[in-house]
Amino acid sequence: MADPRPLSYRTAVLEALFGEMRRDDSVILMGEDIGAAGGVFKQTEGLFAEFGAERVIDTPISESGAFGIAVGAAMTGQRPVFEVMFGDFITLVMDQLVNQAAKISYMSGGQFKVPLVVRTAVGVGSNLGPQHSQSLHAWLTHIPGLKVVMPSTPADAKGLMAAAIRDDGPVAFFEDRMLYNVRSDVPEEDYVVPIGAAEVKRAGKDITLIATGRMVQTALAAAELLASEEISAEVVDPRTLVPLDVATLVDSVKKTSRAVVVDGGYRQYGITGEIAATVTEHAFDWLDAPVTRLAAADVPIPFSKTLEPLTLPGAERLTREAAALVRGKK
Amino acid sequence: MANPLQKASERSGKPRLSGEEAVRLLRSMQLIRTFEDHVRNLSSGGAIPGLVHLCAGQEAVAVGICSLLNATDKIASNHRGHGHCLAKGADAGRLMAEIMGRRSGYGLGRGGSLHIFDAINGNLGTNGIVGGGIPLAAGAALSAKRRGHGEIAVCFFGDGALNQGLLFEVMNMAAIWHLPVLFVCENNGFGEFTAIEDVTAGPDPIARGLAFGIPSETVDGMDVMAVCAAAKPAIERARHGDGPTFLVCTTYRYGGHHIGDKQEYKDDAEAKAWRLKDPIERFSRWMMEADLATAQDIAALKQDVEQDVRTAVSHAKAAPLPAADDMEGHLYG
Repeated sequence: MADPRPLSYRTAVLEALFGEMRRDDSVILMGEDIGAAGGVFKQTEGLFAEFGAERVIDTPISESGAFGIAVGAAMTGQRPVFEVMFGDFITLVMDQLVNQAAKISYMSGGQFKVPLVVRTAVGVGSNLGPQHSQSLHAWLTHIPGLKVVMPSTPADAKGLMAAAIRDDGPVAFFEDRMLYNVRSDVPEEDYVVPIGAAEVKRAGKDITLIATGRMVQTALAAAELLASEEISAEVVDPRTLVPLDVATLVDSVKKTSRAVVVDGGYRQYGITGEIAATVTEHAFDWLDAPVTRLAAADVPIPFSKTLEPLTLPGAERLTREAAALVRGKK
Repeated sequence: MANPLQKASERSGKPRLSGEEAVRLLRSMQLIRTFEDHVRNLSSGGAIPGLVHLCAGQEAVAVGICSLLNATDKIASNHRGHGHCLAKGADAGRLMAEIMGRRSGYGLGRGGSLHIFDAINGNLGTNGIVGGGIPLAAGAALSAKRRGHGEIAVCFFGDGALNQGLLFEVMNMAAIWHLPVLFVCENNGFGEFTAIEDVTAGPDPIARGLAFGIPSETVDGMDVMAVCAAAKPAIERARHGDGPTFLVCTTYRYGGHHIGDKQEYKDDAEAKAWRLKDPIERFSRWMMEADLATAQDIAALKQDVEQDVRTAVSHAKAAPLPAADDMEGHLYG
């Protein structure tokens, strides 16, 4: 087995795409400017040169129709990876995703499967303004029939993309574009990270920080700061939002008796509320404090450099929140 | 029993269709008409829950197009889709069972009339979203093009879908990618309760296809032979890689938008005039004139179909309803 090499998150996903397209001719890519242009974030660079226009399909700017075509292709033997350029534009494919893709296997009694991946980049931090900065992953977690993954590391991104492509149902794959240049070790060989498996990213005993996507980095930074205050924080990354690995989250909270949930999407009716409620239901008798949560401020993500960063919880705020829980001040 | 019209073909002179082909078309249209009659009665009697949209009057479109397709060709249907399902080969018993919400139905009773899928016969489903099947057919056409075996796909939609932006997006992509797909509009004059002219701009629906450089044609959708005549070259073009075609088939739905619709928006004289163009009676007359069938042959066929549908209904009625533990399977594919 070859040694892992440090790769950027972007390159790790790309490596999965190359691998899956080489091993399975039915894997096709569809999206805007993903062909010769290589993607607006260079996230599909090189694929067009190797696989050509038949498998790396540049679509017009017609997200709804193009995604619907991907659904029809998935019903009839292809495994499309459909790219929605910005996570905000997921709203444009919602009918095809929610009323068609998510329900077809169920409604048809399993006669048709819809093996497709909808891939999109989310996250604040690039001053892109209210229509290019949202993290709307919670919307899709509400729909039975869709799996939703949100990898936080390059290695997880490669393995989860491979798993998503091989899955026989629709999978939404959320990448945070601020992670694209993050580098860490990625195994060179072919592997999958199973959908539905959380991972403990740092072991600890006093409090559990449940963090998703880019917030895992925030949580790891907070865990460092907490360590300097003699507080041992465990960081758990669900990696998959649907189906949620409840057992791993609950086991951690039963061990630490406290938890903060942190996510980059909106707080109102969001991921943090769902996870906090689930953990509380399963670990109520073990809890020494209420499960609390941090998330994006419930405002359209503002453009200005002074305002945009304020919408996301940072490591220091998470540290204060966690320390207060551990010291019984909450 | 042997088909009563088989003999007719042997004594035919020089018809444009063989007797056997003509019988198949008539039988297919009659099956849809009889099936819908039973659905209406079952629904009114409470045996079918929910909303049901009948296609009586529109049989020639489904039958004309589907008679030219192979099982490996795909169709995507719409909310008024029982006819498309039957014309593409669906088993009437399983179809009726699904419409009645039974466990032996095509979707295990989960879909109902608006969501009927038949994979073996290449049916990508009836659809509860107006225009929803259009991109599914185009996607199937994209798959077919990749496979390179000359398979094609057809989407059926009503005039209501003429104003869905999705149609324009998909027509554009079908044209630029030369997808082997037929866009078939069943223009029955009404989107739900609203007349087409009240909500549809432009000189003619076919202008929507022509705008994308797609060969587009208006077809008499009450004449199964006219539908076949228009569809045949379109299907050939698609099979040979020459891209999509748009057919606007002018037709009429005898019933309302759904069973129970009082249809106060319809003009009685107009409705009567359309009945005079009835596709089944018209084709039956033509068969008799062409010496392909006698009135007795046709009456016998009708009776035969009636018997088949009765059998389908009794199978469906005898089938169990889904149990609580049938609720969760196949959720994630």
